[in-house]
Amino acid sequence: MQILISFFQQNINMIYIIVLSIFLGIEVISRVPSVLHTPLMSGANAIHGVVVIGAIIIMGTVEPGNVPAIILGFIAVIVGTLNVIGGYVVTDRMLEMFSKKKRKE
Amino acid sequence: MSNSLLLLSYLIGSIGFIIGLKMLSHPATARRGNLVAAGGFLIALIGTLVLYHDSNGKHLHNYGWIFAGLVIGGIIGVVSARKVKMTAMPEMVSMFNGMGGLCAALIGIIEFDHKVHLPVREYLLLNGQTISILSDATIQTGLILILLIEVVIGTVSFTGSMVAWGKLAGSIKDRVFKGQRIINFAMLAGIVVLVIYLLSICPRHFQIINGELAGLNATLQISNTAVIIFCIIILLAILYGIFFVMPIGGADMPVVISLLNACTGVAAGCGGLLYNNAVMITGGILVGAAGGILTILMCKAMNRSLKNVLLGAFGSAAKKVEGGATHGSVKEISVSDAAVVLAYAHKVLIVPGYGLAVAQAQHACHELEKLLESKGVEVEYAIHPVAGRMPGHMNVLLAEADVSYDKLLEMENANAEFPATDAVLILGANDVVNPAAKNDPSSPIYGMPVLEVDKARMVIVNKRSMKPGYAGIDNALFFEPKTSMLFGDAKQVLQALTAEIKQM
Repeated sequence: MQILISFFQQNINMIYIIVLSIFLGIEVISRVPSVLHTPLMSGANAIHGVVVIGAIIIMGTVEPGNVPAIILGFIAVIVGTLNVIGGYVVTDRMLEMFSKKKRKE
Repeated sequence: MSNSLLLLSYLIGSIGFIIGLKMLSHPATARRGNLVAAGGFLIALIGTLVLYHDSNGKHLHNYGWIFAGLVIGGIIGVVSARKVKMTAMPEMVSMFNGMGGLCAALIGIIEFDHKVHLPVREYLLLNGQTISILSDATIQTGLILILLIEVVIGTVSFTGSMVAWGKLAGSIKDRVFKGQRIINFAMLAGIVVLVIYLLSICPRHFQIINGELAGLNATLQISNTAVIIFCIIILLAILYGIFFVMPIGGADMPVVISLLNACTGVAAGCGGLLYNNAVMITGGILVGAAGGILTILMCKAMNRSLKNVLLGAFGSAAKKVEGGATHGSVKEISVSDAAVVLAYAHKVLIVPGYGLAVAQAQHACHELEKLLESKGVEVEYAIHPVAGRMPGHMNVLLAEADVSYDKLLEMENANAEFPATDAVLILGANDVVNPAAKNDPSSPIYGMPVLEVDKARMVIVNKRSMKPGYAGIDNALFFEPKTSMLFGDAKQVLQALTAEIKQM
């Protein structure tokens, strides 16, 4: 219990961000046409690729001698970048086809 | 100064994500929305690379490794995303999602190693003189909980996405065995119990590995027991991810991918909490919430509950029904007869399904559509929201083939048009046109909204064989008197039809 309280006090700002983000995420998505479900899922997939920033921070703060951590961190940076770059490019390709239609009309 | 600039870059990044997601949910702004989100990410990335320093004011090092990782990941990402065929898009999204999950899990694993070595000196200086070893470890407990959540969710998302990827690509088959549900539940319970146990022993299991505590120059390390439990938790999470997705049928894969997508978001958000990193929290939790809602919306489009999808009730219910459902014989139609029917109709509705996607027949389909239009036939497409492998899959495919946007009818409009339609051409769709969903309460898909193609005057069904669709059930539509079957690969059949109609 004491753990929870001290944790809560220390991270209250972050908890605010989390709660507001949850409501925002729900609010933003609630009325979306089914046509856009696939691109939206793909776009959201790219956004959570922001986790790569955590991989960069850990990679940049690990002691040079800690070889296992460097290897794991290196893989984390690679796969995180793959997620973020691949995600945005794939989403753009999907949406490109929709916008092509729009211009011709 | 540099710190406030870093925070500013994170703020801009977060705003980019929010506005990007908002724009992504409207057809007209979707593409720009994606770019806005990408721009937000880029600013946060550059901010981190240039401005980040830890609590001691030290900048990042190991830049060589970081840039090498960014370049390698970037190249693989761009090349695979550019090369992938539009039909393989769902697999691709699943694969990328798995990579994000793996990234989150790896961060948690490295950070665990970091967190369990406590340099007492540093903590005493940071937190003032009064702090005791025990409360020191207590502060860590909250962080270790978040870290464990991140590792577990990230790992489940990784292995689950990989299985979903394999299933969509056809290299992994559905596997259901007796008691699977119980084993899955046991694994999940095991993970929860071990996490709680690990948290409870953490404060007590620190031991001094070097130095004197009184001299404040000691390092604390967690005991081996705790490390072993951590490894078991990871192992269970790996297995749970695999077993969780394994029994779920291919038709439900989009829902699963969307759910795993939300999971990776939560894992990324947990990573943000570990580092007090606002942009990771907003990005991650935003996707977690949005992905969760999207998952529920997808379930609604199929008129199923999420619980129903996840427990794989579909597969097991389908087996019971299979036996008694076959009735009558099917009527085949030749390509030339079908061509005549289509060419002399006033109004034709095309119902595309997964068969069209597999055969890459969207261009051939558009050819046929143009030819029929030139002969004065009114041609439109009836799009079921979950036709294909993902919601919106058909829209993406037909858009690629330059089919005009206003020729695509959504389900309600299409159902209103069927009674006035002379011929319906079904291209590799099955469950989404199954009348059992309307009139057979014992059918596992009963209640799912379907395209009411049987209201049209004639139905031509193109399929490769009589094999049932992903729901694994027979389709009474194929046995109706007004239905004719046109077997073959969708692309070849469409090309043959086009050639035939041209000669008329």
